[in-house]
Amino acid sequence: MIESLDLLFSASLWAAVLRIATPLIFGVLGALLCERAGVLNLGIEGIMTMGAMIGWLSVFLGADLWTGLLVAAAAGALIGLLHALLTVPLGLSQHVSGLGITLFAAALAYYLYRLIVTVGESPPTIEPFRPLDIPILSDVPFLGPVLFAQTAPTYLALISVAIIAYVLARTPLGLAIRMTGENPHTVESQGLDPTLIRIGCVMAGSALMALGGAFLTTAAFNSFFPEMVQGRGWICIALVVFSSWRPGKALLGALLFAFLDAYQLRLQAVVEGVPYQLFLMAPYLLSIVALILVARRARVPEALMTPYRRGER
Amino acid sequence: MSTVLRLASITKSFGSVTANDHVTLELKEGEILALLGENGAGKTTLMNILFGHYAADEGTVKVFGKTLPSGRPRAAIRAGVGMVHQHFTLAGNLSVLDNVMLGSEPLLRVRSRRAEGRARLLALSERFGLSVDPDARVSGLSVGERQRVEILKALYRDARILILDEPTAVLARPEALCLFDTLQSMTRQGLSIIFISHKLNEVMAAADRIAVLRGGRKVAERTNAETSPEELAELMVGSRVTRPKREAHAIGAPRLVAEDVTVHLDSKPALKGVSFTAHAGEILGIVGVSGNGQVALGSLLSGVAAPETGRLTLEGREIGGLGPRALIAEGVGRIPEDRHAEGIVGELPVWENGVLERLATPRFARYGFVRRGAARGHAAGLIKRFDVRGATPEMRIRLLSGGNIQKLILGRVLAAAPKVIIANQPTRGLDEGAIAAVHAELLRAREAGAATILISEDLEEALSLSDRLQAIVGGRLSQPVAAGEADSRRLGLMMAGVWEELGNAV
Amino acid sequence: MRFERRARVPWSLAVAAPFAAIAAALALSAVLILAAGVNPLLAYVEMLRGALGSRLAVTEMLTRAVPLVLTGLAVAVAFRARLWNIGGEGQFYLGALAVAWVGHDLISGLPPAAGIAVLTFVGMMAGALLLSGPAYLRLRFGVDEVVTTLLMNFVVILFVGLMIEGPLRDPLAFGWPQSVPVDGAYHLPDLIPNTRLHIGLLIALAAAGIVWLIVARTVFGTEARAAGFNARAAEFAGVSLPRTIIGVALLSGGLAGLAGGIEVMGVTRGVTTTMSPGFGYAGIVVAMLAALHPAGVVAAAVFVATIFVGADAMSRATGVPSFIADVIVALALLTMLVALLFSSYRIRR
Repeated sequence: MIESLDLLFSASLWAAVLRIATPLIFGVLGALLCERAGVLNLGIEGIMTMGAMIGWLSVFLGADLWTGLLVAAAAGALIGLLHALLTVPLGLSQHVSGLGITLFAAALAYYLYRLIVTVGESPPTIEPFRPLDIPILSDVPFLGPVLFAQTAPTYLALISVAIIAYVLARTPLGLAIRMTGENPHTVESQGLDPTLIRIGCVMAGSALMALGGAFLTTAAFNSFFPEMVQGRGWICIALVVFSSWRPGKALLGALLFAFLDAYQLRLQAVVEGVPYQLFLMAPYLLSIVALILVARRARVPEALMTPYRRGER
Repeated sequence: MSTVLRLASITKSFGSVTANDHVTLELKEGEILALLGENGAGKTTLMNILFGHYAADEGTVKVFGKTLPSGRPRAAIRAGVGMVHQHFTLAGNLSVLDNVMLGSEPLLRVRSRRAEGRARLLALSERFGLSVDPDARVSGLSVGERQRVEILKALYRDARILILDEPTAVLARPEALCLFDTLQSMTRQGLSIIFISHKLNEVMAAADRIAVLRGGRKVAERTNAETSPEELAELMVGSRVTRPKREAHAIGAPRLVAEDVTVHLDSKPALKGVSFTAHAGEILGIVGVSGNGQVALGSLLSGVAAPETGRLTLEGREIGGLGPRALIAEGVGRIPEDRHAEGIVGELPVWENGVLERLATPRFARYGFVRRGAARGHAAGLIKRFDVRGATPEMRIRLLSGGNIQKLILGRVLAAAPKVIIANQPTRGLDEGAIAAVHAELLRAREAGAATILISEDLEEALSLSDRLQAIVGGRLSQPVAAGEADSRRLGLMMAGVWEELGNAV
Repeated sequence: MRFERRARVPWSLAVAAPFAAIAAALALSAVLILAAGVNPLLAYVEMLRGALGSRLAVTEMLTRAVPLVLTGLAVAVAFRARLWNIGGEGQFYLGALAVAWVGHDLISGLPPAAGIAVLTFVGMMAGALLLSGPAYLRLRFGVDEVVTTLLMNFVVILFVGLMIEGPLRDPLAFGWPQSVPVDGAYHLPDLIPNTRLHIGLLIALAAAGIVWLIVARTVFGTEARAAGFNARAAEFAGVSLPRTIIGVALLSGGLAGLAGGIEVMGVTRGVTTTMSPGFGYAGIVVAMLAALHPAGVVAAAVFVATIFVGADAMSRATGVPSFIADVIVALALLTMLVALLFSSYRIRR
């Protein structure tokens, strides 16, 4: 018991929270951006898988780490474009198209991976992002290792939260995006093109999702293997609801979830006699509980999942 | 006075329907022009072309002497045209300021100038007497307030020509009068205004000039001084299908009785202690401005909502909260307010829609299986008897026109020979021919002894069909008045909630 | 030229749409096979040979199709009523686990037919109960069932892992995590001797027939469809939404659970955490290729099984990674969506 509480004061736990949260932050931001414009993107799980694979592959083939992230983001945007084309101009079911995108992107990622790494071979590794160890700051006790010795993409994720929050709340473009998710006809009547806005948001959001995946292979681990995304995408979809479609709260949700995940990992070592699967289940079950708590109060973008057709009401 | 707007020979067709046929229209500076016409006369299409929502097949739009490119709302806004839509294009989850500022700045500006925007909005609202709170969430505003936001939105973009589509459809009379005052003061400040309407009295009261559209054509143009409501009515309607008349006849025993019924929607009281009695062979009209409790009343009488307190009885038996199926079994026929959202399942075929609400009855089901032969035959019968044009039992119902869908719903109700009919806005949005058909059927059911509750926002309809009338205001019902003692003016007052001093209830 | 909704999609087009979709998916996948340095035509021939080239191959393919028919039906039933059950995978596993648990020694001594009937029911109940949770959460709290059913997949697989490493561990499996096997008396009899094809195929076909009857001919099926298309109108017509949604959930979850139960009784005997190569997710593809029609589900399941079984053989012969099967199937889902859209419109000049 004492030990489980002691864990809460270890810097390594809190450092792990930020690390575990990073892919979720990217993912939840991406999903949030899509949904704020009115498009549910269930392609997230597959897009994250693709991002993980492409990020790793680019570096494996000789690109530097940042280029790897960039290529992963571009791949994500491309897959996002596919989802956007199917759901926005064609107006197909966002549920079914998204699931199809997930199946497709994950399958494609595994296929391409297997073209390079055959079955049975141990997954080839790359040299991943190193913790930054910001001079002086990282030597501060406790706070140093937690806040100032993360890998660069973690800081990128935090900066992205600020950027997305600012864009949505403070710029004309953000207002147009929000309005597209609420009432695309209004956007059209102001001479803006809701179709383009939606496509753009789905592409940008998907690029962020792919970055979340790429973080896994270029910073958290150093190789790619199938099933490595492990439902993180779906958790992000739940976190968006939990956050009421607000970037700040989304960050909070991702951190909370990562905390639970990091804590249960460490508890496993301390608490004996409880099967480890129960600990692993906890984050998924808690996500569902979180959804139940907020579902009634959630202020869903009004036009979410409603296809927009010009001249139709 | 100079011409600020000129529509020249605008033509637009949708498929085989010609919505606008070489319409030419001019608007002078500082003038209020009314565009008068019935539903389906082409008014809204014309204004949508002017504003760039639709591209015209032929013809040009000139604003301040410059031709507008077609199909580009942005160009219309730039040229100084602002439009206030009938169904407001506001986002309920966003603030007033958000709604007003959308699209008013370059999209890629790195910081929205909200402080300036707020100051400008407040200045405008001061100047034109349209008070709003910039930070209020739109979903919390009343209908009248939302309309103000829509108008301010247009003014914010320096609109010098304002187009209002049926601006009074959702307003009570005092609000409407207030709106026209505002419009007058705007013209004094140099704005030019077009408003669309089908109400003769408000056109006469507010417009300087009146253009009448009928069947997609401009049939006349008059200044206010040279015309009369009678002439306008004739111009607007042309040789109209005559609506059937209600014949006086003896009224039977009380059928449907509500005593002090309260209904909550979303845990808020929406009907507050209403009482009424509908007799056999009687049509009881419930008139009111939209949003005054009609939805709750319709839900209650359709079995979708249950009374919180009070009694609702049919021939003495309590029927409050029974649910749709049980109500139908008791002999209640229901015509829903929104035929597309509630009346039909558009993707299902006509025959399934024809029997959906009686699917569990022995006539259409056995051992849980649908008796398809019986159901199809029933639908074919309805199509024939109620003249549902262009329909076959197998066809997806959404492909029918609104009027034909309504005929099918009406047939579905009347085929069961109901004791009570709930007709909620039965002719909203229908053309004249369909309206006449619906009215005739309702009157025939009245002859046959049904008790009908007619919930309507259309005064003319309510007056011509109802034996007695009650007004619904803020979730309460007035005392009933006999049709013979009611006229538009008196009903207007009742609908504004001024009924106590009128007294002399029936 | 403009598009116009058709009053009814003609039969010819409805049947042509999935074929067009599959052709498009195969054409797109050909690019990837080329990238592996293999002639796509050759690869597809190998694929067909692997799945249909011999009696044994065909029976293997049909064995694979059995669970796909059932998970496909599960999705079709749910999606028709706009209940987004993406939890087929979890329901499959829970059904499998329940059958292994009950079938191992809880009901020993029953006549085989009775035992199999009991276990069939057990598998269905497990899946049905699992989906009724998310259905209840949607009705009671308005929680989107997409996310809950997806998350439950992970929970169930962890639960299966917990059980087969703990209480239901097979002591004879030499430390390999596997559940106790179903009693030999309740193994599904072979349909064709000396193959793995078992009478589960007949059960799946019967299920397709029954599901078709339910969705197309019963009051419940009609009401569920109406509720899916327009919940408000259905409610106005007196359809009880809670009852309909729970009913659909029980049916859909039951079918997916049945798939797991039958796979255990017919093929694997015991449960492992890798026994499903994504049957639950593939069910979505099967259902969509079938345009949610029960008869089409059978055909679509055969197609998907052909691709999967064929891809394994093709991979051995040509070296093209067998993940190409997943790519083809996923692409077929996306192209089918587009094909369905276009087949419901016609071009007017």
